[in-house]
Amino acid sequence: MMGAVVSLDALLDERRIWKGRQQVASVAAQPTGHAALDAALPMGGWPPAAMTEVLVAANGSGELRLMWPTLARLADSGERIVLVAPPYLPYAQAWQMAGIDLRQLSIIHANERDALWAVEQCLRSGSCGAVLCWPTKVDDRALRRLQVAAETGETLAFACRGNEAAANPSPAALRIAIDVRPSQLRVLKCRGGLAPSSPVPFTADA
Amino acid sequence: MLWACVLLPQLALDGVMRRRENPEEPLALISGTAQRRVLQTVNPAARAMGLRAGQSLTAAHAMTREFATVEYDPDETERWHRLLAAWAYRFSSHVSLKYPRVLLMEVESSFGLFGPWPVFEARLRQELTELGFTHRIVAAPNPLAARMLANAHDGLAVTDGDTLHEVLAQMPVNRIGLPTEVATALARMGLHRVRQVQALPRDTLARRFPAAVLQHLDTLFGRRPMGLECYVPPDRFDTRIELNFDVESHQALLFPLKRMIADLAVFLAGRDSGVQRFVIHLEHVPSVGSVAPDTQIPVGLLSAEREANMLFELARGRLEQAEVPSPVRALRLQAKDLPAFVPTHRELFDDRPQQTMPWEQLRERLRARLGDEAVAGLGFNADHRPEHASLPACPNKPLALTHKVPRPGWLLPEPELLTEPGLRVLAGPERIESGWWDGGDVRRDYYLVETRNGQRGWAYRSVGDSSLLLHGWFA
Repeated sequence: MMGAVVSLDALLDERRIWKGRQQVASVAAQPTGHAALDAALPMGGWPPAAMTEVLVAANGSGELRLMWPTLARLADSGERIVLVAPPYLPYAQAWQMAGIDLRQLSIIHANERDALWAVEQCLRSGSCGAVLCWPTKVDDRALRRLQVAAETGETLAFACRGNEAAANPSPAALRIAIDVRPSQLRVLKCRGGLAPSSPVPFTADA
Repeated sequence: MLWACVLLPQLALDGVMRRRENPEEPLALISGTAQRRVLQTVNPAARAMGLRAGQSLTAAHAMTREFATVEYDPDETERWHRLLAAWAYRFSSHVSLKYPRVLLMEVESSFGLFGPWPVFEARLRQELTELGFTHRIVAAPNPLAARMLANAHDGLAVTDGDTLHEVLAQMPVNRIGLPTEVATALARMGLHRVRQVQALPRDTLARRFPAAVLQHLDTLFGRRPMGLECYVPPDRFDTRIELNFDVESHQALLFPLKRMIADLAVFLAGRDSGVQRFVIHLEHVPSVGSVAPDTQIPVGLLSAEREANMLFELARGRLEQAEVPSPVRALRLQAKDLPAFVPTHRELFDDRPQQTMPWEQLRERLRARLGDEAVAGLGFNADHRPEHASLPACPNKPLALTHKVPRPGWLLPEPELLTEPGLRVLAGPERIESGWWDGGDVRRDYYLVETRNGQRGWAYRSVGDSSLLLHGWFA
């Protein structure tokens, strides 16, 4: 006998049951813009109103290529994109070439401590479409705060962190590691389902 | 025309009381010479203790010492009067300060905006109560009648001439603004009500009294027009609060600051303008033999705003950052730059119904804490040199890209020497040569390189220099 009643929907959502016919993926509210990644994620895109962690070996290893389609789509629909304390200067020409309406882009310069505060404010306010941050020295509590703030403000939050953080647990709803060689994405954790075991190819044709 | 008279019976006391944190505390305003201090006004709590206006301070102290005293300041009262005129200016373009402690305003032409008089009056009363001023309101077809009826009535609204005659006829002669000796003379003649004076033939009145008396009566009944000087709101806002004690912490300054900013918001709403920049002065206690300069805290905004809570939060952010070198004796708020207020555009069907704070407000909050330069935009500048290709703000009409060459998403603030072994050149060179006219001359060959761990960088070699410098990442 089963110890607890599990609803059928929950079981199906977790994708632990193999179904003969592949079900049609529902249209996600926040598609990533990468078809292969969308197919691998349980919601068919970024978890809406939650934090996504992007883990890279070093800044500049494909994180922009991953997020640009989403940012372009959000900026087009009039949402504001906020970069809080980016590690380098964004090159306007490249960002514009990625299809991002620069008028919707704001950059906040802040030191390490104020940056987290600024991220939380931006997420909580609900006036931004996506907030990108690069927390370096950050603990579980601070990340949880950001996750809660993203839920409150129903905003997409992206935290780019180093690969070494992959070993630690994180409250983020989705964790994606970007491998440069071979170029692929590994989903480490995704809320609402088991993480796909095989990596997603991430072609570099920029 | 319908004129409303707003009588503020205890303007001076209310002005002082609304700045005190505990209005239940007994309080008396005192005036008079140093030898004979007299209680000018007392608040209800003080009256309950047996204090009366007109008592000497010595007599009051003989009864109790459990009450606070504040020096009565006519200038201060005048300032409140003007602030309320600015408030009233929101409801009518004809506001007069002809009588002390009275606002006269023409209201009939504003009915289209604020509804019929009972609704309008209720709104005036509610806002005055929120501002903390006791009041009596009377409406009448001419300003003088409104003013004089307010002496005896509250909430009376007379709209036509016949009713006005009836109501005025009931008024006692000493309450209609006649000179005291005329009123006394009339009373001694046995004429106590206006009705009786009205019954007299005009020529006898003209013979016995100065011409001004008949003129006054004619104006009162609306037979003679009355010239009124209209209030013109000033172009700047300036208010000051003197604290009764020396304050050394930020916390204690917040309450008076909040009141001041609420007054500023009232003023701005009346003028239909916003504020872009205001300065908070902290006036310090001068130590012996020296002058303590004021600490000035400027609060700047990117766009004109007038919402009291938002302004307060910003000012608070700036105040908490500021250092207070010595105790503060008084606070002052000055706003000179008052541009027209343009409300932000809102969609009826917003995608985010739960949006709690608009971006403009968030941006101001961030700037208040992180500094004015902290929030920037990004704009594309048509320059080939990477260092000059970005602007700190995006123009409203962004430039279209003319040629699509691959550029890195990240640019290093300063180019770094790339000494790593195992570099692979994927593309290049691309010559960028520009800037000979402005002194920032560059002649560089750019390469797309791949590092050993697979990152793609954008590196250059200056012409005549063999070192490879990393300038960006294709992220």
